[in-house]
Amino acid sequence: MNIEDKLYQTRFNLDTISHIEVDIRVCENCPDKPCLYVCPVQNYKLKDGKLSFEWSSCIECGACRVACEWGAVAWNYPRGGFGVSLRYG
Amino acid sequence: MQKKFDAIVVGAGPAGSTAALLLARSGLNVVLFERGEYAGAKNMFGGILYPRGNLDRLLPDFRKAAPLERCVTWQLITLLTPDAALSLDFKDDGFAQPPYNGFTLLRSKFDRWYAQKAQEAGALLIPETVVDDLLWDNHRVIGIKARRDEGEIYGDVVVVADGVNSLLARKAQLRKDFSAAQFSVAVKELLTLPSATIEGRFNLKKDEGVANLFIGSFTEGIPGGGFLYTNKASLSLGLVVSLKGLQEKKISVVELLESFKKHPKIKELIKDATLKEYSGHMIPEGGLSMVPRLYGGGILLTGDATGLVCSTGITLEGMNFAIASGVAAAETVKEAKGRGDYSQKSLAHYQSRLEESFVLQDLRHFRRAPDFLANPRLYQIYPEVACKLARRFFQVDGQPKKKLLHLVREETKGKVSLWQLVRDGIQAIRAML
Repeated sequence: MNIEDKLYQTRFNLDTISHIEVDIRVCENCPDKPCLYVCPVQNYKLKDGKLSFEWSSCIECGACRVACEWGAVAWNYPRGGFGVSLRYG
Repeated sequence: MQKKFDAIVVGAGPAGSTAALLLARSGLNVVLFERGEYAGAKNMFGGILYPRGNLDRLLPDFRKAAPLERCVTWQLITLLTPDAALSLDFKDDGFAQPPYNGFTLLRSKFDRWYAQKAQEAGALLIPETVVDDLLWDNHRVIGIKARRDEGEIYGDVVVVADGVNSLLARKAQLRKDFSAAQFSVAVKELLTLPSATIEGRFNLKKDEGVANLFIGSFTEGIPGGGFLYTNKASLSLGLVVSLKGLQEKKISVVELLESFKKHPKIKELIKDATLKEYSGHMIPEGGLSMVPRLYGGGILLTGDATGLVCSTGITLEGMNFAIASGVAAAETVKEAKGRGDYSQKSLAHYQSRLEESFVLQDLRHFRRAPDFLANPRLYQIYPEVACKLARRFFQVDGQPKKKLLHLVREETKGKVSLWQLVRDGIQAIRAML
């Protein structure tokens, strides 16, 4: 089962604005790209060698915030009530 | 809306709800902010709540009243190789009797119920509200700034319980930014399975449960392991792995979980179970060295926001530490109110309370555990060696037998030197024993 299928069951209250901004110009100089490996939902991907970031299925764990040492990730919580909303936890 | 409270608590997780509950019970005017749609919306775990000495004192009827899943009477630590498993296996029916030991639960349900208890005691619970910043008067915290119109709310003291990512702890300059080495990332699948099937498969009595931890080469040498907990009608399955390890090995945590699930032993345990929720979270695992200053003028830090999680490898305790820190925070605030003094000096009793309790004592006793648990040989080599030794111990192949130490030397040759074995043994003893 791929990650998109797994996330189908997870509940989100999707906002219209992203709570995380990634400056991908900074990513061009990053040799390691730890974000690709630490994100539990693989929001960070390499597409044609360039880093792409998709925020809507973010589960707000904070791993990318800690892993990125280049300051490319401007991390914050979503607006109150928005984002992931777990039913089981 | 009221603008001034005796106490402001940020985060309605176990630490925050505890503080709010106790402060409300003492007659203080408390507001409890929660950024999720409801308390528990942002929380998950694969774990056990150990209620003794904390929750059972706050809410003596918790066994009947709280939405608990199963009472854990069976605990295993399994060393897993591709084709073998060696376990430390402990079953104790006594754990199912008062005062109990631990329970599995579903955080979304439990945290929601627990925050409601704080509400019933008189705390004002305000969900769907992010607290972005603190308000200051010189070096004292005097309130918070919520992310809404007219979001300035004032309080004599702010109890910060906003979780592992605590942005407030950083803003209060009580916490430096942490490094990847101090965190693990957890991924979890909640898999539903009928309770009768669970009881049959795991040979459990009704309401009783099993907790199984796994370590082995399935984490590709990355410190961490897998877990499987039984809930009433579901299984919590997942992995907890070092953030730094994932970066170094350049392996995705998502892929690690997939290979873990494909292991024959795991596959048979989760057979026919249906995925109902996928989630992830970070766990502070740096131990004592990670814990920052816990208080300042008008401010106290509690729970995961401080890194107060005790991970010795065998036991993993976060919720009870959070609850205990909430208790200590509430007692400190009550005392400070009596003096009318919320200065840093007055709130310093928080630190001494934690030092008297198991919270800081355990973290101190096990302060070497994080380094020990970061030893890659624990995951890549020793489980395999242990399983090979067990095989040779149990196998009868018609050849003359060799004694144990000889077997140890044979199975470790080329994988780990005797010197390294001794050093790792000493490190283990110093960290754990």
